[in-house]
Amino acid sequence: MINIWEHIATFFSVENYTLFVVALGSGILCFAAGVVGTFTYLRKRALIGDVISHSVLPGVAIAFMLTGVKSPVYFIIGAILSGLLSIWIVDYVQAKSKLKPDTILALTLSVFFGVGIVLLTKIQHSGNAAQSGLDSFLFGKAASMGIWDVQLFSIIAIINVICIALFLRGFSLISFDENYAKGLGFNISFLKAFLALLTVVTVAIGVQAVGVVLMAALLITPAAGARFLTNSIPKMLSFAGLFGFLSGIIGVVISYSGTGMPTGPWIVVVLSIFALTSILFGKKRGVFARMKLRKSNNVKINNENVLKDIYKLAEDGTKTISISDLVEKEKYPLNKVKGILNRLEKDDMIDQIRGLIILSDQGRIGAREVIRKHRLWEIYLSKYFQLDVDHVHDDAEGIEHVITPEIEKHLIKLLEHPETDPHQSKIPY
Amino acid sequence: MNDFYIIFTASLVAINCALMGSFLVMRKMVMIGDAISHAVLPGIFIAYYLSGSTASLPILIGAALSGILATLMIEWFTKKARLQSDAAIGISYTLLFAIGIILISKFGANADLDQQCVLYGEIEYVSLWLQPIIGSFSLPKQSITLLIVCIILIGAVVWGYKGLFITTFDPNFALSTGVAVTFWHYFLMSGVSLTTVVSFESVGAILVIAFLSGPPAIAYLLTEDFKKMLVVACAIGIFCSAAGYYIAKWLDVSVAGAISSVIGLVFIIVFVLTSVVKSKADVISA
Repeated sequence: MINIWEHIATFFSVENYTLFVVALGSGILCFAAGVVGTFTYLRKRALIGDVISHSVLPGVAIAFMLTGVKSPVYFIIGAILSGLLSIWIVDYVQAKSKLKPDTILALTLSVFFGVGIVLLTKIQHSGNAAQSGLDSFLFGKAASMGIWDVQLFSIIAIINVICIALFLRGFSLISFDENYAKGLGFNISFLKAFLALLTVVTVAIGVQAVGVVLMAALLITPAAGARFLTNSIPKMLSFAGLFGFLSGIIGVVISYSGTGMPTGPWIVVVLSIFALTSILFGKKRGVFARMKLRKSNNVKINNENVLKDIYKLAEDGTKTISISDLVEKEKYPLNKVKGILNRLEKDDMIDQIRGLIILSDQGRIGAREVIRKHRLWEIYLSKYFQLDVDHVHDDAEGIEHVITPEIEKHLIKLLEHPETDPHQSKIPY
Repeated sequence: MNDFYIIFTASLVAINCALMGSFLVMRKMVMIGDAISHAVLPGIFIAYYLSGSTASLPILIGAALSGILATLMIEWFTKKARLQSDAAIGISYTLLFAIGIILISKFGANADLDQQCVLYGEIEYVSLWLQPIIGSFSLPKQSITLLIVCIILIGAVVWGYKGLFITTFDPNFALSTGVAVTFWHYFLMSGVSLTTVVSFESVGAILVIAFLSGPPAIAYLLTEDFKKMLVVACAIGIFCSAAGYYIAKWLDVSVAGAISSVIGLVFIIVFVLTSVVKSKADVISA
């Protein structure tokens, strides 16, 4: 741990120039990928990033074969062209055959990569002296990043941000509802192609840093994490970009703190930790937030059910209501009923005196509300859906906990303030 | 003899993958196969590290378990965290692959594993490890493992055909008639993991994916009958293995790469021919 802190200190003092360059470069690259990946994610095409990153290999190899030099510019042009070709093939085959997307994605990526390996081995066996290290280009060489790469990544990041800012509405619309976007007069095929181009360019450049397999993570993982924090696209873009940037830097710092530690995989691990954290702890959509919500709903339902039963027992003429009466009426075990009763007493809904249960005024109001909703719903179902009177109870049993005061008002108005429910029980107003 | 060893080994991988891949293609789960083939890396590494060798049963089981772990992870992401399925797959396998690479770089000096080997495989060298069978007849060690797995898979598909078939083509009906859908899901995933793990060493992850997706997809274009599809997929896989090997030998290039390329080529030919036939049929019927 101390080692890592030392590295962070060195990092900020800009004493270690290489570390500074690599960390900054990775951060910017991951930012650029996170931003453009947000739309790949929203369009449910997360795995297309995997296809593109595998498919750039033949392009790079052909660029080398044609030019004979290891020039990043030619490599990137070749990579972009073969990446675009792979996307086009995926779309074409999907439109023209009965094959499902997952099959086409897997087939395209493996065949492109296979062709790439063939070309690469051809180059290697031809004994060209300049070829050495051509494949390390594809398995990531973040550690040997130079200031030139940082400039390139910065340009891509700026282009991505500007283009997304300009086309934010169009990109957002095609992510959610293409037909609606078409109706509004957006040029769908242009927007799709443009988004694909941005993605391919980002992937083609990023592959050099983290390698073919892990490039997909740079696109998807930040967006997935961001999705659990917000429902707004601009905020999601910011979170994804931030996750990417921080992971790029932290990943590099960690990998520099030990010997023989690879950079790309550490970036992916840090990214995944960010994403997992927000998937678990996201305020609204996170796993724990939803668990909590479900629990509080259960508490509400249990409280209301017991309250209702106390009221009904009293309505039926039971003078002294004890816990055993409730256990008999409810399907809950004794301990659970005891717990619910204690909670109700704490909320001043009931009083418990020597084992007997008495509704307070507040509790009576609460109980009448639940029963009213229940009986109103029964009338609604039998009147508007012509459901048999015997069949409306179970449905109302569930919905009585969900109906809001507004819906209740509407129901009362719609049903013209009814007096009794289908079972001829009085409705308590 | 070297030619035979390599083609034999590749064909066994092709058959194993065709059997599993046909189900994956029909279940729209090929990318899960892709994910498993990358995600077994940490399991394989831990196995290497603990035992120092590759060819033992506990290691196969351990690695197959890490494949299952990947499917469980994907399932947790989609069901419990309600993440969309494509992202769930992408996050799970990249994380597991990254962990695998970190483990290998950190502790793997003796493990003889690297990223290239993971993706390309080393089928060219299978004849370096021969195991005598009867008299002077011997087979590469890897192909023996593959053969055993092949027999297990054929047995599993024959034994479990009804369950696999019904849960693949009509999962709702299966569920309503009380078929254990979850059991068959994990039954298939175990098979896929096993296939991936034993194939990966000889042919690499990429060719495993090509074999899982390609021959079944081509067979599906040719026939709607699932039993025929299984047989056709196996045959196409074997043909591509042989053709790919000879092309690789002729051009002096990677065998795994050449086989993937041939699979792509066969797919293109069948795709074009079937769409021509289909459009002709459309014209006639119109």
